[in-house]
Amino acid sequence: MDQITPLLILALPLCMFLFLGLAGNKMSHKMAGILGTLGMGVTLILAYSTAFTYFFSGNPDFIDAAGNRLQSVIFDFTWLEFTENLVIKLGFLLDPISAMMLVVITTISFMVHLYSLGYMHGEKGFQRYYAFLSLFSFSMLGLVVATNIFQMYIFWELVGASSYLLIGFYYTKPSAVSASKKAFIVTRFADLGFLIGILILSFFTETFNFIDMTSAPENVLASTGGATFMGASVLTWALVLIFMGGMGKSAMMPLHIWLPDAMEGPTPVSALIHAATMVVAGVYLVARMFPVYLMEEAALTIVTVVGALTALYAAIVACTQVDIKRVLAFSTISQIAFMMVALGVARPEIHEGVGYMASMFHLFTHAMFKALLFLGAGALIHAVHSNDYTAMGGLRKYMPITHITFLIGCLAIAGIPPFAGFFSKDEILVAAFENNMLWGLWMTAVAGLTAFYMFRLYYRIFWWNTPDYEKHGHVPHDAPWTMTLPLIILATVSIVAGFIPFGELVTWNREAYHIHLNWTVATTSVLVAVVAILIATVMYRKENAISDKIANSVKGLWTAAYNRFYFDELYIFITHKIIFNLVSRPIAWFDRHIIDGTMDMFATMAHKASGAIKGLQSGSIQTYVLVYLLGALLLGVVTVVCVML
Amino acid sequence: MDITLMYYLIPSLVMFCCGVYGFITRKNMIAILISLELMLNAVDINFVVFNRFLFPGQLEGMFFTLFAIAIAAAETALAIAIIINIFRVAKNIDVRDLTKMKF
Repeated sequence: MDQITPLLILALPLCMFLFLGLAGNKMSHKMAGILGTLGMGVTLILAYSTAFTYFFSGNPDFIDAAGNRLQSVIFDFTWLEFTENLVIKLGFLLDPISAMMLVVITTISFMVHLYSLGYMHGEKGFQRYYAFLSLFSFSMLGLVVATNIFQMYIFWELVGASSYLLIGFYYTKPSAVSASKKAFIVTRFADLGFLIGILILSFFTETFNFIDMTSAPENVLASTGGATFMGASVLTWALVLIFMGGMGKSAMMPLHIWLPDAMEGPTPVSALIHAATMVVAGVYLVARMFPVYLMEEAALTIVTVVGALTALYAAIVACTQVDIKRVLAFSTISQIAFMMVALGVARPEIHEGVGYMASMFHLFTHAMFKALLFLGAGALIHAVHSNDYTAMGGLRKYMPITHITFLIGCLAIAGIPPFAGFFSKDEILVAAFENNMLWGLWMTAVAGLTAFYMFRLYYRIFWWNTPDYEKHGHVPHDAPWTMTLPLIILATVSIVAGFIPFGELVTWNREAYHIHLNWTVATTSVLVAVVAILIATVMYRKENAISDKIANSVKGLWTAAYNRFYFDELYIFITHKIIFNLVSRPIAWFDRHIIDGTMDMFATMAHKASGAIKGLQSGSIQTYVLVYLLGALLLGVVTVVCVML
Repeated sequence: MDITLMYYLIPSLVMFCCGVYGFITRKNMIAILISLELMLNAVDINFVVFNRFLFPGQLEGMFFTLFAIAIAAAETALAIAIIINIFRVAKNIDVRDLTKMKF
């Protein structure tokens, strides 16, 4: 395969960022927007052709005679060379998951670029917005095609930085500024673990290269030589620390607190970064390192437990939120946790590692329908000028296109056949059941909750009662075509994506796997989802007091869930009360009184000493001459006396 | 009576000591300048006298004195200019009172 196309996929968004960032202010809003969208469109075509070539060309670089797909390094140039072993390279790795991610990222990014033409119309800093979108697309593409873990880390930080810039896009709004800082600091804290994990792992394996590590994971295990630290093997530590980076980016409990606040950014940004692409980077990281994770049962168990807890937690919280973007944010956390669980329960001996395939499949379908839901939410916010569903209701008559596409998104996430979510979620549940009955039941329950809260949201927005929109002088209506077209395209994808023979394309060992529905699991999950939807229908279709009654009957739980189980308060308690008081203040005292005090003492002594003798330097020449003369006379007398003696 | 080297050196010494004394004790800048000139002239006398008595065939001491007088004249002009400027600013040329620039 030629090297130009892959290089262009990375270079084009980067050039677009530089161009729009430097020259954007010189051109009109419309020009900058169209240019950014066209640039992304070309990237989209290049990425599609690359993915198509990889999957379907039959090129011997990409598929061997037995039908197994191969990992192919398109290019890999040395960037920094410290020693013979410590070499940092930048390259382009093409394998099933990176090819799939190229498709996901460019599709969603292009939709968001197009959608933003309408949504961000007339905003101040429109060109800056498009420049940042291009920067994000570049960083995310660089992340997924990384050939080594250090390149991934570099782009990992870059997506964090561009996420920070986009959350804080409305930088005059204090809540947006603090949300962007929160996102950056929390993910940075997690990345500290990631970096330490990388250092531990590469110290033993003496390589950063993914292919070297994953093609012979038993060598990775052997290289640690059975070293242990605090009762766990070094490899477990390394993998758990690397997973900690993934937890931060993918908003797993307890590092999820930044994601709901990140909704302060413009809604298309939430769709692109905080629903479809960046937040799945953690899942992608674990998937990339999956063969190494298989070496350590403990690490995979941690992945499963964290994922399962997060999935349930986020689903419960999503049932109580009022802000529609926050409901979607918690739903995103929950769905990413689904993918994590799928990876955690995947074992090669169970169903040929179906969990891995299911996780990637769900990543793909979730990106499509969650982007659809977020863009739909954006259209609603655009029409109603409020994030809260209390300001909405009965909108199905006013915004028919948004209504239908949003409904398709809800059906897809709820797992109703034949929508995309059904197929991927079913595979995850199969993998969970095959691993352990507990996880299977747990995730089925979460899937039911998912259906419930999504339809609760749907009914509150589009049914319930209709507020008097005329009274506020503004009747909501469907958005312009730049906003509805992405909705329609994504809705179409959400309907048909489930029929993609994903097992043929993406599996953990890159051998083709034939998906066959497990009818028991499928029937159960659909039944649970339908029941949940029916409950939501009864509770929220028409305005009534059932939901308030239920909320009052479990008031404690409801309030706790509404306040997100006080995670933010817990963080504030830990940081402000414990860390600030017990650690920071003593350190500050030591710094101010001991370190600064010593230096101040020297300064004071010098000051005092010079004050005592400064009178000698009078500036009066006459005194100097007198002193000089007396000194010379004294010397003369001494000399004479010495000579006489 | 034979006029020897000492006849010249003793007045020169007296002049020089007067100059030193005046330079240290006077507080008026003009007086300090005059004392300075006194010392300079005492040195000039020494140059000429040593040249005359020790190396009668040469003229280095004479020329050196001429140069010193010329330079002393220029230097005096410069000093007077500075003193006049100080007087314009401070209305005073007493060195004890000129402490404006001190820390």
